[in-house]
Order: sequence, then structure tokens, then C-alpha cells
Amino acid sequence: MTQPLFEVVDLSKRYGSNLVVDQLSFSIAPGECLGIIGPNGAGKTTTIRMCLGLTSPDAGIISYLGGGPDRAVLNMPQDALAIKERLGIVSQFDSLDPDFSCAENLLVFGRYFGLKDSVINERIPKLLEFAALTHKADAKLGELSGGMKRRLSLARALVNDPQLLLLDEPTTGLDPQARHLMWERLQRLVQQGKSILLTTHFMDEAERLCNRLLVLDHGKKMTEGTPRQLIADNLEPDVVEVYGTGALALVESPQHALIRALAARVEVSGETVFFYTGDAKVLLIALGEFPELRTLHRPANLEDLFLKLTGRQIREAA
Amino acid sequence: MTQSTLSTASTASTERRPQPALMRPPQLSWRWWPVFRRNLLVWRKLAVPSLVGNIAEPLITLVAFGYGLGLLIGQVQLGATTVPYIVFLASGSICMSAMNAASFEALYSAFSRMNVQRTWDGIMNAPVRLDDVVLAEMLWAAFKSLFTSAVILAVMLALGISHSPMLLLALPLLGLVGMVFASIALIFNALAKGYDFFTYYFSLFLTPTMFLSGVFFPREQLPGVMKNISDWLPLTAAVELVRPLFLGQWPADGLGHLAVLVVYGVVGFWVALALTRKRFRS
Repeated sequence: MTQPLFEVVDLSKRYGSNLVVDQLSFSIAPGECLGIIGPNGAGKTTTIRMCLGLTSPDAGIISYLGGGPDRAVLNMPQDALAIKERLGIVSQFDSLDPDFSCAENLLVFGRYFGLKDSVINERIPKLLEFAALTHKADAKLGELSGGMKRRLSLARALVNDPQLLLLDEPTTGLDPQARHLMWERLQRLVQQGKSILLTTHFMDEAERLCNRLLVLDHGKKMTEGTPRQLIADNLEPDVVEVYGTGALALVESPQHALIRALAARVEVSGETVFFYTGDAKVLLIALGEFPELRTLHRPANLEDLFLKLTGRQIREAA
Repeated sequence: MTQSTLSTASTASTERRPQPALMRPPQLSWRWWPVFRRNLLVWRKLAVPSLVGNIAEPLITLVAFGYGLGLLIGQVQLGATTVPYIVFLASGSICMSAMNAASFEALYSAFSRMNVQRTWDGIMNAPVRLDDVVLAEMLWAAFKSLFTSAVILAVMLALGISHSPMLLLALPLLGLVGMVFASIALIFNALAKGYDFFTYYFSLFLTPTMFLSGVFFPREQLPGVMKNISDWLPLTAAVELVRPLFLGQWPADGLGHLAVLVVYGVVGFWVALALTRKRFRS
């Protein structure tokens, strides 16, 4: 692996007796998109906040190593400002200025980096174009839709031309059209060579955007790898979902033990039974004996992996 | 599950890196300036309505009390000299306006930016420290207060309440008064859960301060204990410094009063910063 751009080693954070992040380590290479996925309360946002120096860790090292010509070795928290000069951040909740137009939001934010107005004003049209907001340059924030606001937040995070973007749930709350536009823009950034650290709990988003994924639960790293590799390593390739009257009996009744034996793993969620198997054909034939049951045969996906690793129960704390 | 609980316990027992001290000295830099400038840009858009709001109320008070009560009272004994009540009131009420303008900005407006709009969170995603954000808010509230004072002073000059050239010295003093009350107000901003909290600050601290600091009547009339409290109030120091300038005189014990203001300002800002750091620590 090439020299990482950003590195986190043995990061821990505790609130009272609750260990929110537990000896977490990861790194991001130049031009890579790393996704942190995990249920609500897994420690994703705390991790991001520690990377920004907004929350101070109890233990661990956070360093920005720089790639290419920018070979600075910077450590949190002592070099917090120097690191933030090199980062672009989109936090979970918009913090755009409601009193300003889109263009003014970019100008004012650029000034926080100590950039000259002439430099920022040169970047503004490009940033607005990137965010598909050129026609809204002078519009007040109240006139923007949720998707537009998120894209303006993304454009704002790019005002200092950062090498690394930290995005905390960038598409939560957006409609499908707005999400697809956001994804397209993020892919474009990765193509340009930017690195992205992204938290999400949308598996399609993680699969589509991320080169590498890290599954986080209870502050601990469960596993890490490319989406394909994670699925291949942890799951049987096929899933048969069974639902309808009598579906649950397949799991409970002793007389159906033979059917259960056809699957490597059987899980129940609500009224649906999930059969994980290497060979769905035999199982589907056997299930043909039960005409009242409905079946769905599909390849295993990230969602299956996520649920296998983090469980199916609802997180009350979240 | 048991295993992970065990490892959790073992990790938790290892030593934790100490958090930076809340009362550590302010770490200030030029980075307060773009934050101040942000507030200036918002204000420029809303300047005219906010100007009317800031200045109308103190002037109405001045006219109503000054000309209304002034007729009943006539002259006020001030040390060896007697002065018309309108001059007495004008010189006190301009200090009160400076106090109110700074307090209002550093409470309601700063709280909106800090808590409601999340403006501070956005700013701290850029390379700007919380210390600089708090400094910017303090200076901004002082600036707005100074602006209000300057306009009121101009109106007082136009009304012919005083023509003393020493009034020029009142402006930097009123700027300092703005900084002092902005700093104190930021303490309560850091502690606030919502806007309602500020009502207490206004009615339990600022209103009594107003009546104890010799704005409306000479402090000599106050009963013993009240007078002792009054001696140490920041608004008293402000009035004692500014009032003589209206009469073309140098303040008596000017350095003492100045010291009171500076101590309130420095301690106020430091405490405000520590409490704001505590609020943002997580």
C-alpha cells in the first residue's frame, strides 16, 4: 500500500462508563474512498469529531501524513488548525448561514481559511457549477431544497481545495434524485484524486461509492475490506427469503429439519425467514412443496453482511 | 459478547489522556477577524431596521424622562456643581445604552449563532479555534454597542445637551463598556439552555444594575448596603467616567474606575471562554 494520506491508530473515547470508540485504527490512501458503516450509536460521528479535533480522544493517534508534494506530518490535537486547513468537512447537520446567498456562504467560509477574496471569488463559479447551483448563486438559503443545501455544504467544504473530505452521513434525509446527484458528484471527486472518508448507514451508498469499507459497532472495528471481498469472506453467495403463511414453521418445526439442513445459515426477521446457502437450486426445489409460501432468491449483499455483523435488533439508544 | 465486555473493561481501565484545562489562558489569533467580518456582513444587510430598533428606545427614554422629569427636578447636585437633570440623565443613559446593546447582542444574537443556526459549528470545521470565535463575538457585540453609543451621542450633540470637546473621550470609554458587558453576557450565553434564561439575566442583574449605578438619580441617595454594592458595579464605573466628560471635567479617580472596568472585562471574558469550552467539550 502507498503512504496513507490520513491515519488513525488505536483511537479510544469513553463517555462515563460507555466506551464509544474502542481502539479503532484505520488509514486512507490518496484517491481512496473509505466508508465507515455501522448502526446508530456505533461511534461513527464521534470518530469523525475526533478526527477534527472537536472531541478529544482518551487515547490514540490521529495524523495527517499528506500525499504527493504535501508531505507534512501533522498530528491532532497540536496541529489541529494545520490539519483542518487541508480538510473539507460536511457534518451531519447543515451549518450554512441562513442570512447569506449561496455565493456569500462560500465567500464567508473561504475567509475562515485566510483565503483572499480574489482567490475565493475565482473559485465560487466553479464550486456553484459543481454543486449544480449556478442558477441559485444569489438565492437565499430558504429558497433551497434539502438536496441543494447538502450540495452547497459539499461545495463549501471544497472552498479550500482539500485533499481529504470527511462526510458524516452526507445523504441522510435526501430523496432518491438528490441522493443520486450527490453520489455522482462524490464519484467525480474521487476520480479527480481526492480522498473521502464517509459515514453512512445506507448500504447501497457504501457499495456504490467506497473502495473500502470498515464496519463499526459498539465503537469496535468488526471487519474491513472491499465491499465484494467482505461479502465473499463473510457470507454464503445466495439468499432465499421466504415469507407468507407457515414461513416461521420452517424454522421451528422438527419435521422441516431437512429443509433447514439445505441452508448454511437460517435467520428470522419479523415474518420473513432468510436462508443463506451456497446452492439455492436444491433449496428452491424443496420449497416448491409449499405453494402458500412466497420466495425471493437473490445474491447476498452488503445489507446481509451488515445485519450479520451488527445484528437485527433495533438500537434503542439511537 | 462476554469476551467483548471483558476487553471493554480492560481498555477502560487503561489511563486516559487528560483533557485540556478549561481555565487555560485564551489562545487568540487573527482568525477572529473573518468571524467578526461575517457578523458585519449580516448586519450590513439589516442595518437600517436594527439601527432604528437600537437607537429609538434609548432616545425615547431620554426625551420622556429628561424633559418630563427634568421639569419637575430641574437641577441635580453633583459634588460641588449643579447640573440640569437632562445632562445628568443623558450622561448616565448613554452608558446604560452601551450596556444594553452589548448584552443583547452577546446573549440573544450570539446564542442564535451558537445554538440555533449552528454557525459556530460550521466555523470550527474551518481552521478557527473556539477561543477566536468567542473573541470575535465579544468584539462584535462591543462594536455594535459602540455604534449605538456613537449615534446616540450624535443626537445628544444635535439636541445641544452638551458641547464639551471632551465628549470625544467618551467614545473609547463606551467601547470598553461594551466589551465589559459583552464579556459578562457571554458567560450567561455559555450557560443558557434556551432564550428564556436571558430574561433572568436582564431582570435580575441588568435592571438592578441600572438603578444602582447612578443613571437616573445620584448614588448618594442610596441606603448604606446598596451604596456599597453600587461602588463595585461595572456600570457605576462607566457612569463615573463618562458623566464628567459631559460637563467638560476630568473624572475623579479615573484610573480606579478604569481598573474596575478592565478587571470585569478580563475576568468576564476568561470565565466566559472557560464555560464556552466546557459547553463545547464532548
